[in-house]
Amino acid sequence: MRARTLPHSRLRSGGGTRTARRTRRAVVVATVAALGAGLLAGCADDGDGGGGSSSGGSGGGGGDKTTITLGLFGTMGFKEAGLYTEYEKLNPKIKIADNVIQRNENYYPPLLNHLTTNSGLLDVQAVEVANIAEIVNTQADKLSDFSKVSGVDKSKWLDWKWEQATTKDGQTIGLGTDVGPMAICYRTDLFKEAGLPTDPAEVGALWAGDWAKLITVGEQYKKKAPKGTVFMDSPGGLLNGIIGSEKEKFYDSSGEVIYKTNPAVKAAFDLTAEAAEKGLVQSQTQFQPAWNSTIANNKFAAISCPPWMLGTLKDNSKPEAKGKWAVATAPKSGNWGGSFLTVPKSGKNVEEAQKFVAWLTAPEQQAKLFKVQGSFPSAPAAYTSPEVTGAVNEMTGDQPIGTVFAAAAKSAPVQVIGPKDQIIQQGLSDNGVILVTKGKSAKEAWDSAVKSIDNKLDQ
Amino acid sequence: MTTPHDTAAPPLKEGGAAPGRPPGDDTSAAAQQKRARLSRRWQRDMRWSPYAFVSPFFLLFVAFGLFPLLYTGWASLHQVELTAPTDMNWVGLRNYTRIFDDEFFWNAAWNTLTIGIISTVPQLLMAMGIAHILNYKLRASTFFRVAMLAPYATSIAAASLVFVMLFGRDYGMINWALDAVGINPVDWQNDKWASQIAVSSIIIWRWTGYNTLIYLAAMQAIPHDLYESAALDGASRWQQFIHVTVPALRPTILFTCVVSTIGASQVFGEPLLFDANKGTSGGAEHQFQTLGLYLYEQGWVAQHLGRASAIAWAMFLILIVIGIINYVISRRLRASS
Repeated sequence: MRARTLPHSRLRSGGGTRTARRTRRAVVVATVAALGAGLLAGCADDGDGGGGSSSGGSGGGGGDKTTITLGLFGTMGFKEAGLYTEYEKLNPKIKIADNVIQRNENYYPPLLNHLTTNSGLLDVQAVEVANIAEIVNTQADKLSDFSKVSGVDKSKWLDWKWEQATTKDGQTIGLGTDVGPMAICYRTDLFKEAGLPTDPAEVGALWAGDWAKLITVGEQYKKKAPKGTVFMDSPGGLLNGIIGSEKEKFYDSSGEVIYKTNPAVKAAFDLTAEAAEKGLVQSQTQFQPAWNSTIANNKFAAISCPPWMLGTLKDNSKPEAKGKWAVATAPKSGNWGGSFLTVPKSGKNVEEAQKFVAWLTAPEQQAKLFKVQGSFPSAPAAYTSPEVTGAVNEMTGDQPIGTVFAAAAKSAPVQVIGPKDQIIQQGLSDNGVILVTKGKSAKEAWDSAVKSIDNKLDQ
Repeated sequence: MTTPHDTAAPPLKEGGAAPGRPPGDDTSAAAQQKRARLSRRWQRDMRWSPYAFVSPFFLLFVAFGLFPLLYTGWASLHQVELTAPTDMNWVGLRNYTRIFDDEFFWNAAWNTLTIGIISTVPQLLMAMGIAHILNYKLRASTFFRVAMLAPYATSIAAASLVFVMLFGRDYGMINWALDAVGINPVDWQNDKWASQIAVSSIIIWRWTGYNTLIYLAAMQAIPHDLYESAALDGASRWQQFIHVTVPALRPTILFTCVVSTIGASQVFGEPLLFDANKGTSGGAEHQFQTLGLYLYEQGWVAQHLGRASAIAWAMFLILIVIGIINYVISRRLRASS
């Protein structure tokens, strides 16, 4: 039977038979609804986005394996050191997947957002030491407490490292992975040309106990400096070194901002400014392309040097620089860098994640991490392990560097850290002391830094 | 809706399909009811379907445009930190009043203006010149036209990183070239004007081709006989350009000016990446911190959402003022032409 022909006008405006029209309308409505709902849901649903499709949660995906997801920044080295596969072998029911964002300044703001909204968090989230105070002060209720997890032994960590992740009421929200005990790395070939000693013990003795002596050594270096070279890499690096060895820097123990009135900070700033005025530091900001080039071109002789800095030097150096560096004890021990692993309460596998983090931060694993990645253990028990005492680095030749860093880690002060340390530190170096290398006076540079920092601190 | 009789189609001759209700009494009450129901449904369909069709845009606009806009306005009246966005303290207009003596805001506003001028003016002039050249008969003209657009297709991040290398103080290629001709190296990142010029050069590099193509399209629409008669009158190429091309391009020039002004007032990526480490502060002395960067710095680095929101709204108001100025100028120009 042929279909009834419809009047033309209807064909044009209505289109098709009634059922076809109804279906079409249903399709349109469904599409519109799906589009709208899907797009709206898209932003609420990004919790899974971070972990990738592999994070099916417990019981999801391949068989009955539990997938633990980690949010990390930079190269933290767990995977590189083979720790994931090792744990997976020990626990056949566990799968590990990580999501790495290269730079902490891109990693931290979203993490903070996810914590404040308590959504979109992975099972394990890493936190940089510069941010840990802010997390401890403002987000502790969203993170699980490690002090109550069985098998986690407070005494295994450096005291100050444990304290940094602990709230006033005794809740420990993260376990330390590594620390950044600071030494001074120097070029033995350049030191030799400038008539300075090259043996690490002798070099360390030149400036032992007083940062001002480091400046004196710099002046000696400058007198006979190899052509085109400068004593240190950057004012920011030197300032970091000096301030990192102070017990109180930007906040006092009651949580008040004291950076402006703290004589130690002003002294560190002035000493760095003096070095800049005397032309003992490169006019560079660390971690910028231009700074990377000065490493590649061997243009400076010394640098404030936590263990991870050797990795930075390696990444930017030409092959012939290998083995020419050495590590000497800094004038005063301090700390620069180091991270924590936290387990958000809203994660899918809180218990499994806690177990994993406890294992991952145990001394044995930290020692393996140091061997492969250069991240220095935050657990003193690891300092006597052969991985640490016998460690050599391709940049520093056959010098056993583990003992130098271990001594620094043990004697570093228990530093008071505050929520806005990073802003203050960066303001002092990048908006402050760098200006001295551009010809400003130390006072102008200090005023400029203070203005910039205060504007950022002012709520 | 009933069709008014006076506009309806004239009744057809016998044999044509009658649009109206056929006479006769086969219209039982049930059939009539059914028809009425269908007709109502049809009317509803006609009335509401268009809204369904346009709704995706408006749903998205409400979710991602209107709501953030209003919420930003609300947040700008509070002291609120990124660490606890739900914890808001009412401060009234304080975030706005302090903008007046916030030297960093005005520094950023001033930088936005100067970078805008340094980047927009040469960019449009160059685009005009290049478009004029491309408008001649050239071999492989399509190749050149596509090549003009290549920088525009490059991501800001990639372009800025390359420019950072070129502008390096110690090992950059530009200083190397300056040195070769005997000019002292310039500290492109830390000197105020040098850094602004460097940032502007990234913008110029990216957007010149885009404007060139717009000008070129407009030039090709200029009738040829205008040039012919100008040539007959003895006008040189240059005179033709000044007296024929430019006046004919006036609306296009206006359009590119407006678009470039808006773009210039929102400059963000180039200065952010030009100093990858100091990032949001726009140089050691904030010498190339634009308003966009300052907003980002307050919101995401210093984590003051309230202050950042107020800056966002202040920027919005500034843009409106710029828009009005543009409008007035364009009306003047149109009236004078």
